[in-house]
Amino acid sequence: MSTTGASMSDTAARPLDLPAVVKECGLTALVMFALAVGMVAFYTEDVPGGLEIATRFGAVVAVTLLGFFGRLAIVLLREGRPFPVLVVALPFTVLMLVALLSLNFFDAETAETLKNYLPVGDVVVNWIVVIMAGVFTLRAFWALRHTGASAKTVVDREKAMDNFAARVQRASRFIGPLLLGIAVVFPLLAFFPDSPFVPKVDRRLLDIAILVVTYVMLGWGLNIVVGLAGLLDLGYVAFYAVGAYSYALLATHYDLGFWVCLPFAGLMAATAGIILGFPVLRLRGDYLAIVTLGFGEMIRVILLNWYEFTNGPDGISGIPRPTFFGLPFSRSASDGGETFHGFFGLTYSPIDRIIFMYYVILALALITNLFTLRIRKLPIGRAWEALREDEIACRSLGMNPRNTKLTAFSIGAMFGGFAGSFFATRQGFISPESFTFVESAVILAVVVLGGFGSQIGVVLAAIILIGLPEFFRELQQYRMLAFGAAMVLIMIWRPSGLLAHREPTIRLWRERDGGPPEKTQAAEESA
Amino acid sequence: MQQMLTVSGVHTFYGNIEALRGVDLEVHAGEIVSLIGANGAGKSTLLMTICGDPGAARGQVVFDGTDITKARTHDIICSGIAQSPEGRRIFPRMTIMENLQMGATTADPKFFAEDLEKVFSLFPILEQRQGQRGGTLSGGEQQMLAIGRALMSRPRLLLLDEPSLGLAPMVVKQIFNVIKEINAEEKVTVFLVEQNAFHALRLAHRGYVMINGKITLTGTGQELLANPEVRAAYLEGGH
Ligand SMILES: Nc1ncnc2c1ncn2[C@@H]1O[C@H](COP(=O)(O)OP(=O)(O)OP(=O)(O)O)[C@@H](O)[C@H]1O
Ligand SMILES: [Mg+2]
Repeated sequence: MSTTGASMSDTAARPLDLPAVVKECGLTALVMFALAVGMVAFYTEDVPGGLEIATRFGAVVAVTLLGFFGRLAIVLLREGRPFPVLVVALPFTVLMLVALLSLNFFDAETAETLKNYLPVGDVVVNWIVVIMAGVFTLRAFWALRHTGASAKTVVDREKAMDNFAARVQRASRFIGPLLLGIAVVFPLLAFFPDSPFVPKVDRRLLDIAILVVTYVMLGWGLNIVVGLAGLLDLGYVAFYAVGAYSYALLATHYDLGFWVCLPFAGLMAATAGIILGFPVLRLRGDYLAIVTLGFGEMIRVILLNWYEFTNGPDGISGIPRPTFFGLPFSRSASDGGETFHGFFGLTYSPIDRIIFMYYVILALALITNLFTLRIRKLPIGRAWEALREDEIACRSLGMNPRNTKLTAFSIGAMFGGFAGSFFATRQGFISPESFTFVESAVILAVVVLGGFGSQIGVVLAAIILIGLPEFFRELQQYRMLAFGAAMVLIMIWRPSGLLAHREPTIRLWRERDGGPPEKTQAAEESA
Repeated sequence: MQQMLTVSGVHTFYGNIEALRGVDLEVHAGEIVSLIGANGAGKSTLLMTICGDPGAARGQVVFDGTDITKARTHDIICSGIAQSPEGRRIFPRMTIMENLQMGATTADPKFFAEDLEKVFSLFPILEQRQGQRGGTLSGGEQQMLAIGRALMSRPRLLLLDEPSLGLAPMVVKQIFNVIKEINAEEKVTVFLVEQNAFHALRLAHRGYVMINGKITLTGTGQELLANPEVRAAYLEGGH
């Protein structure tokens, strides 16, 4: 099998070291087996009167075999023998595809019995297997068509991606406004629910959009700390919580409105940032990460246990909604005052409030973005970046690293606080449960996957990590699987983030040239 | 001659390791002073102690009549000392221009354009490449950037830690010529740490030799170059 493959594809292919190949594939299979025994083999089943442990050893065998053959395909492709891969993977893909698609044509009962003949017990997992086989088929096909042309090295690929990122960053002058335009216009489409010409925008989509923009704002806020200043903060959710509770407590105890409390909430979060930052910012890297993680948890535990103040695990409810210059978005104003729809002579529609909420968070997010873009060009912003690059050099230039870090930390915290109070007013109810470590991790993931310091990257990552999973809620438990898979793929293909590319703060070449910095001289001479 | 920097009886520790064991030395205004010594003698430590990090455990550092032994690093830098640290330590992802701007952290912004022009006239290559990222510069260019960056803070005393590290002889010559120029034209006092004893001593008005955290020899550059001990230890092997 392998000899034909060799003569077909690549005459220079080395002879296969069979024992080594078997060993490599066997090792993969072993790992898959070990993982599957722990995670797949046993599951609990609802039976009358409680739960029962059930087994599915067939799935374990299937997973192990898939691991073995998947690895074999990778090895063969790597060794320049795509032919056997194609011979096996193509029929397999076609067969599986036909089988899976045909399931839809049978009635439920027949389909149920047919499913038993699939290699893995679950339809979604089967789809994953098909996709994998499909990828192998395509790669094998590709390799056969392009014999001789050596594959791109990792470095080449990285370079190509970096160029791409640089181009995206440069194009962000156009993409940014375009995205902004879409973001501003799209909720208005909700006013034409029945028109055949506009895409359907309903409450659910708006809710997802609000969520995504909230994470974009959080990502941009954390980006100041992590992306610009290079301080790995694993407890960012603490400031989110401080902002949320500040607003909730002020609003419920003193009857203050959202807009009055917003600056206070930001201020409280910034203060928390300074208080937390002061002792911990002398730490570096991993140690800072661990301590911030601890502080994030501490805030949550305090909220949980300081019952008299925060109402503990019961949380705070009845948090007032924001008003439009004093006009509430309710059906009727509680104190006999004017309402939004009454004032403008509109008919009441509950979606108005959602759209308004969307614009509030969009505005807050944009403020965060503008602030970041602006401050990057100011000495303090440049100092943050320099600090990330080399702290000792910064000290030798007379910078006070502690104060510089503190400003980054507290400003990042402030934006977290703003986002927190928005969260509180949107939910109308908050409890410590909303501010767990996972929240910090997700925000950090948005920043890291976006590419440290890249503003557009954060938007992209938030849409991928928050928007898509919300959108595909139907897939239920596979959402997390997809999340994990996306993370792994990005780590493999783009370890420094989707759009990691730092734009200089000063443009030295003329806009028209749009060229790289190396062209500076030419540009000057022609000027 | 007017004293610019006086180091007297300075001891510095890294934990239990005593890196400086009572260093005495002085730098006069307008001089170039070179400090030479073997690897691990404590030269870099001395420069860092002058900048207050790590601070001296005992002894005194006086800069321009002010005791700066216990002052904080950024205050010391603000008072008119600039250091180009060992290994250059430029900001790799930032452009040349941004690196130079960082150098001007403690300087009055109104001098920025003027200082920039001065640095560019000393190192024309920096002007040509001002949009290039620091990390992509060659070693020699990086060294020029490091010196230029230090100059942007308008120092009266410039501390240079091994400016010739890893550079080709031609480039070393170029760098040393610029140091001479900085000293002569800009009236900046230079205190220089070097492995390249020959060049360093030829350039310097005066020199010091450090062994194991102590100053063992001092004299004018010419005297030290002629000294048989110095020749045996630092010159003959290498040339
Ligand atoms: N951070 C540190 N922690 C512990 N010991 C240190 C530290 N930095 C330097 N030392 C020690 O202090 C001594 C002096 O080091 P220093 O860097 O000052 O030497 P140097 O004269 O600059 O040498 P070189 O010419 O190799 O740069 C050495 O023995 C070194 O091991
Ligand atoms: Mg040294």
